[in-house]
Amino acid sequence: MKKQYDVIIIGAGVVGSAIARELSRYVLDIAVLEKNPDVCNETSGRNSAVVHGGFANPTGSLKARCCAWGNRIMDQLAAELDFPFKRCGKVLVGNTEEDRQQLEKTMRQGAVNGCSGLEMIDGRKLHELVPAVNGSFALWSKRSGIMDPFLYTTALAENAHANGAEFYFEHEVTGISREDGYYYLHTMRGDFKTRWVVNAAGLGAKQISDLLGIKGYRVIGSRSNYIILHKRMGRLLPMPVYPVPSNTYMGIHITPTVDGNVTIGPDAENTDVLDDYSVPQGAVTFLATEGAKLWPHINPADQIRTFAGIQPKLVDENGAIQDWKVEIRDDTAPNAVNLIGIESPGLTGSVPLARYVIRMMQERETFRENPAFNPVHKGIVRFFACTKEEQEKLIRSNPDYGEIICSCEEITKAEILQAIHNPLGVSTMTGIKYRTRAMMGGCQGGFCQAKIEQLIERELGKDPADVVYSRSGSYVVTGPMRKENENDR
Amino acid sequence: MIAEKEFCADTELIRKDAVIIGAGPAGLAAAVQLYKQGIRDLVILEREEEPGGILRQCIHDGFGLGRFGESLSGPEYARIFIDEVEKLGIPYETGAAVTRLTKDRLVQAVTRKGLRTYQAKAVILAMGCKERTRGALGIPGERPAGVFTAGTAQAYMNLYNRMPGREVVILGSGDIGMIMARRLTLEGAHVQAVLEIMPYPAGLPRNILQCLDDYNIPLYLRHTVTCIHGKSRLTGVTAAQVDGQRRPIPGTEKEYSCDTLILSVGLIPENKLLEDAGIVIDPKTHGAVVDENLQTSIPGVFSAGNVLHVHDLVDFVSLEAEALARHAAEYIQKGDVPHCGLDILCGDGIGHTVPQKVSGERNFNLSLRVRKPMRGCRIVVRQNGREAAVKTMKKAIPAEMIQFQVPAGKLDRSGALEVSAEEL
Repeated sequence: MKKQYDVIIIGAGVVGSAIARELSRYVLDIAVLEKNPDVCNETSGRNSAVVHGGFANPTGSLKARCCAWGNRIMDQLAAELDFPFKRCGKVLVGNTEEDRQQLEKTMRQGAVNGCSGLEMIDGRKLHELVPAVNGSFALWSKRSGIMDPFLYTTALAENAHANGAEFYFEHEVTGISREDGYYYLHTMRGDFKTRWVVNAAGLGAKQISDLLGIKGYRVIGSRSNYIILHKRMGRLLPMPVYPVPSNTYMGIHITPTVDGNVTIGPDAENTDVLDDYSVPQGAVTFLATEGAKLWPHINPADQIRTFAGIQPKLVDENGAIQDWKVEIRDDTAPNAVNLIGIESPGLTGSVPLARYVIRMMQERETFRENPAFNPVHKGIVRFFACTKEEQEKLIRSNPDYGEIICSCEEITKAEILQAIHNPLGVSTMTGIKYRTRAMMGGCQGGFCQAKIEQLIERELGKDPADVVYSRSGSYVVTGPMRKENENDR
Repeated sequence: MIAEKEFCADTELIRKDAVIIGAGPAGLAAAVQLYKQGIRDLVILEREEEPGGILRQCIHDGFGLGRFGESLSGPEYARIFIDEVEKLGIPYETGAAVTRLTKDRLVQAVTRKGLRTYQAKAVILAMGCKERTRGALGIPGERPAGVFTAGTAQAYMNLYNRMPGREVVILGSGDIGMIMARRLTLEGAHVQAVLEIMPYPAGLPRNILQCLDDYNIPLYLRHTVTCIHGKSRLTGVTAAQVDGQRRPIPGTEKEYSCDTLILSVGLIPENKLLEDAGIVIDPKTHGAVVDENLQTSIPGVFSAGNVLHVHDLVDFVSLEAEALARHAAEYIQKGDVPHCGLDILCGDGIGHTVPQKVSGERNFNLSLRVRKPMRGCRIVVRQNGREAAVKTMKKAIPAEMIQFQVPAGKLDRSGALEVSAEEL
């Protein structure tokens, strides 16, 4: 039996990490159990990374409320937690009279939902904002933006950790029992005892809900593919470009990332398989063709990577998509907060959703405020983004800032070492990649991945065969090629 | 996010006649030749901890046959030039990664001792090339560990003593891929197959013989990988035959069970600095557009070796860099090189040429690759409807770079040149 906790959160996606961070404002022993080896490995990290305005969801829904609220506080969160966020705005582009009516309807819904900065613009203004876009007019949402979902989630988790929350990776919850007012969570690596459980398991939330005894939910996966374009393309796209949305699907959009890449997607298809992230050939061709109708600068030569993401959608018996479900069933599963179907806009709405969850908990128990809570988190200082003077200063204080490991993205040894020794104890190659951007450039780690693998071995004292790429079992090399001789080194 | 960075005030600039970016075969040869031309105020900047470039990890032999008449390993070939550089006392700085280059020939390097900013009369681009990746090809499927580019696998083995895997499939018949097929076999791995999407091999005939045939490794032409399997480590790949348009033919799929996929699907000049500086890039070579002086679209910025166009043999890289040095020395000493206003166009059967511009006043060395294998052909340079130069070849293959000299005697001072390959 491992330690006993007041609250255990299942899932270290953006929602689980936000709940951990917001709960660490109170005097509570908190743990987060995550089945993957890092935060943000599933839905939270596999999406368009757009900070939504809140106009696209039905008025009064939890999605709309959390989204509009999340949008309003994002500047403050970015300042506190030090993650990349750009309030660049976005445009929803139309051509026909039907499009115009739909966009005007969306704008009215936005106004009721409490979104500001929505404006219908003509073609001239549209082309001033995004020169190459194909469209006759647009709905311009000035307060939409883009962010780095991985660094945001990492910041939430690391801030929670700094305020006392503990993270357990590769701890998949396989069973839940309840006895004498405590939950016992079973994992392959031991059992955990807790007074509260929060089910923030995202794609796995239905299984956890079943284990809690709350049955009958129907959750389907909405699977999407994306293409990523080279950084040089971001210069041509100042803000996300969307087609006219339907009630349930935002359509294939073209989105700049905070680092200057461009993503094209999603192509949304329903599935029951919730762990297949393969990208089929047909999808790549389809996305490039469809995307080019909106924005013509899509060229196969600029494509550096593809990825897929899956969103869990709660549906009714007719298959209609439902609002996020957040509940405490005092009869079936007391002291368990159950979150089902947390899909988009979960990234934008994560902290408001966390506060909503905590309010429900506080209706049942009084939490004492943690006087030592510190909301401020500092990320790894990015050499590339610094001024020349700052760079000089960084190198003087730490010469490892003068050693570039990833040439494409200009990531230094100092940044990689900080990422290897991250507070959450994550030691995967992708953990380093997402924390620093090393291996994300044009050569995709061709030159630097072996160096980074060597640094992980050396810094963490790992055997070569124990260094993993992302999931457990994803060993990078099989071991030493020939017997190592200490004298040779 | 990207902070606007200004170059420092003039007082902090280090002034040099020549700044060479990269201490691989091109940079080293250019340095030695510049020195011999009387240019003594120069420096080589190298991002790695040791000079030698990619040759450091190329421990196989076959280098230097043309130049030295003997078969050397990569490190041995590099050593000859490093020794020469050291003997002449040409300064080189390792661990110096160049991050900025401007039109005014300011070069910024990051080192453990701080930032360095050089003001160069001439900048020599000698950064080599990088490998095409899975993402650039868009191979469908999962993204497990165990998918390596050939050069990365080579670095793991030859620089770090790490074994990439045991059961291997290689996609692409580039030279490094075939050399890695042999290397992996020698270290106890089982290489099941080399798959090539084209109807002919991408690499040199000698490597097919020495790296595949000698080890009974099958090469399947007109085949590609259509899907990658494995959620954590690679568990296998699906391969299929392709049709004339390189599309997989349904029904020809074959499953390979393997833990490693090596990609040897092409090399691309390392042109990030060029893009930042606004140097005109040739979409066919992915390197700079250069004139017969190997000068790029920015006066005083020269380019040679694999950063200009991907070579088949290092011997040619050295020669090209030496030619560059003679032109760069002329530029440094006279402040200019002859203007080159005539374009060279790629006609039938020609993949690319270097240079892309000439003066019409001087003899120049023409490098090119053909688009497809040909038995018996004439490579013809035409200008204003007349043949200005012809090279007759018994065979020509895309894997081999073709070079010959075009004499100025038959060239006009106006009119574009067109190069074509005509089958006999």
